[in-house]
Amino acid sequence: MAAAATCGTSAGNKGCTAAAAAAAGGKNNVTSFQRKGPRASVPDSGCARLVSIAGTRPSVRNGQLLVSTGLPALDQLLGGGLAVGTVLLIEEDKYNIYSSLLFKYFLAEGVINGHTLLVASAKEDPADILQELPAPLLDDNCKKDFDEDVGNHKTPESNIKMKIAWRYQLLPKMEPGPVSSSRFGHYYDLSKRMPQELIETSKWHGFFFPEKLSPTLNIEPCSLTHGYIKLLQFIQNVIYEEGFDGSNPQKKQKNILRIGIQNLGSPLWGDDICCTENCDNSHSLTKFLYVLRGLLRTSLSACIITMPTHLIQNKAIIARVTNLSDTVVGLESFIGSERETNPLYKDYHGLIHIRQIPRLNNLIYDVSDVKDLAFKLKRKLFTIECITKLTFYGTQGQKYLLSGHLQRNFAINNNHYFRRLHTLKKIY
Amino acid sequence: MFPELNNLLNTTPDRAEQGKLTLLCDAKTDGSFLVHHFLSFYLKANCKVCFVALIQSFSHYNIVGQKLGVSLTAARECGQLVFLEGLKSSVDVFFRAQAEPHPLQFLREADAGNLQPLYEFVREALKPADDGQAAWRCPVLLVDDLSVLLSLGMGAVAVLDFIHYCRAAVCWEQKGNIVALVHDSGDAEDEENDILLNGLSHQSHLILRAEGLATGFCRDVHGQLKILWRTPSQPAAHRDRSLTYQYKIQDKSVSFFAKGMSPAIL
Repeated sequence: MAAAATCGTSAGNKGCTAAAAAAAGGKNNVTSFQRKGPRASVPDSGCARLVSIAGTRPSVRNGQLLVSTGLPALDQLLGGGLAVGTVLLIEEDKYNIYSSLLFKYFLAEGVINGHTLLVASAKEDPADILQELPAPLLDDNCKKDFDEDVGNHKTPESNIKMKIAWRYQLLPKMEPGPVSSSRFGHYYDLSKRMPQELIETSKWHGFFFPEKLSPTLNIEPCSLTHGYIKLLQFIQNVIYEEGFDGSNPQKKQKNILRIGIQNLGSPLWGDDICCTENCDNSHSLTKFLYVLRGLLRTSLSACIITMPTHLIQNKAIIARVTNLSDTVVGLESFIGSERETNPLYKDYHGLIHIRQIPRLNNLIYDVSDVKDLAFKLKRKLFTIECITKLTFYGTQGQKYLLSGHLQRNFAINNNHYFRRLHTLKKIY
Repeated sequence: MFPELNNLLNTTPDRAEQGKLTLLCDAKTDGSFLVHHFLSFYLKANCKVCFVALIQSFSHYNIVGQKLGVSLTAARECGQLVFLEGLKSSVDVFFRAQAEPHPLQFLREADAGNLQPLYEFVREALKPADDGQAAWRCPVLLVDDLSVLLSLGMGAVAVLDFIHYCRAAVCWEQKGNIVALVHDSGDAEDEENDILLNGLSHQSHLILRAEGLATGFCRDVHGQLKILWRTPSQPAAHRDRSLTYQYKIQDKSVSFFAKGMSPAIL
């Protein structure tokens, strides 16, 4: 499914879903043996061959083009990564600590892979945000830090003639960048900053809302807030001028645009949905999300948005925002809550809720069976694990912590549940 | 289309009824599989379909349609399918002022207007051919979904008016069908959505309601489908017939079974 796929049915349609034409190519009216000619002359961006763009990979399920969110644990939960052309909405935790971390991981992943970045914020200058990106863990460093099998796969004897798999020798060798960027999803060290030269070689556009405020409003009034209108125009400008929507046929090397919008919906953007329950402009945010998604679907880009949903008082708006986004992940940190002192959660920093995963080009989607997920942040690793607690109310104060995966079948004909009892750890 | 759902609804593409409004609604789950079902059903039934797709792109429906056995590109090329792609058109409408009124003109307007341009678009798309011969069996309007219109600034009354006008034009005048999807917000206290849902429930002939299980997520049973047949012209004249089934969505089909009879536990 991955390599050498030629454009199938989705001819005139740009964006992420063209990659899935590879999977659907056999179902056309023509027989599947007929090879469609390469549509390289068509300026549509996503419709060309599935040539590897750095930092992307096709999804196993439907051939959708995926990019990494910067957090390999989250990639796994989302079915392999974030699909190009979709929005990842992060519902911020109360003090915006871990959500800004996910935001930075996403941008750092873009820097490592050479993607173009677009950072929009109303609170911090994008240049400052980029200075604070965490440093990637290089392959030779991470060998001694955790036993990943990455380091073992380096083959120093790459020039030995292959005897059996000699065809593979004819393939062009992958060019390693300054970091071994051929991997999908990297790990980052939060105690160090991203090297300055990596940031300088990366291409990025910044949108800092206080700088873009203009006293005169020379656009047609529509119900969007001024900040949102400006941001949409900025994004559309970048997409059009840099050719992410296929409008610039001279562009040889396709690239992904990673858009990061911080604290969308907060009062700093001029929106009052976080302030009152009955706000004047309640459709501003939802219209913005709709037009943004329209822009993303027609270009090679992926977007992360962090939103302080815990401040939005109108629950209907949260439901509408969730319906208008593709992937929604909620973070709940234990800081300041009573769970901080709960012995059950003592190893973890918060809970992570996967609220919505899109069904793109498919009737079904990859969803993990486990719903109770907690995250833990160490210096070099952000892990997401399943926790399941079983409290037996008969004996006071006894809590059983079951680590690992608990199968949630209809377990009548399946006795694995009972087999696991002897591995319970008792915590008094 | 899903053959099992056809059996439950007691229809086949040859014997599709006419002049009906079908309401699809989903609560706590994703009911888009019903939209794919009806799209492929009416295309196979040789009806002219006008699809107002506000939520996903054309290629998404196309790829799923191919799994269900219809080709949307072929249908569009031969004129059987008129497709309004909301996401792509919204970008055009929003950034460039259009010369003639666009069906999604309300995106540029400040106050909540009405959906008349959209209605004109639907009417134009489904009007019978000038030469008088019926190339297709009956016109069908498919909307995915109406709750998005509320998020885009329309009031519930404006959306209900739009459906009312479409019913007059499509269902009554041309003996066609309308299928529309509305999300049920449940406990999210979305009053406008509730008004829309209640208003449409009283007008529809068939209500298909996909709900998530009350006990939460399950790998083998993805949800529950309630089917309700109604006669809006004779309210409470006789009891409406209703059935409840549970379903599991697979790669190319959906299997339905009676409550508690999932193959996983038998």
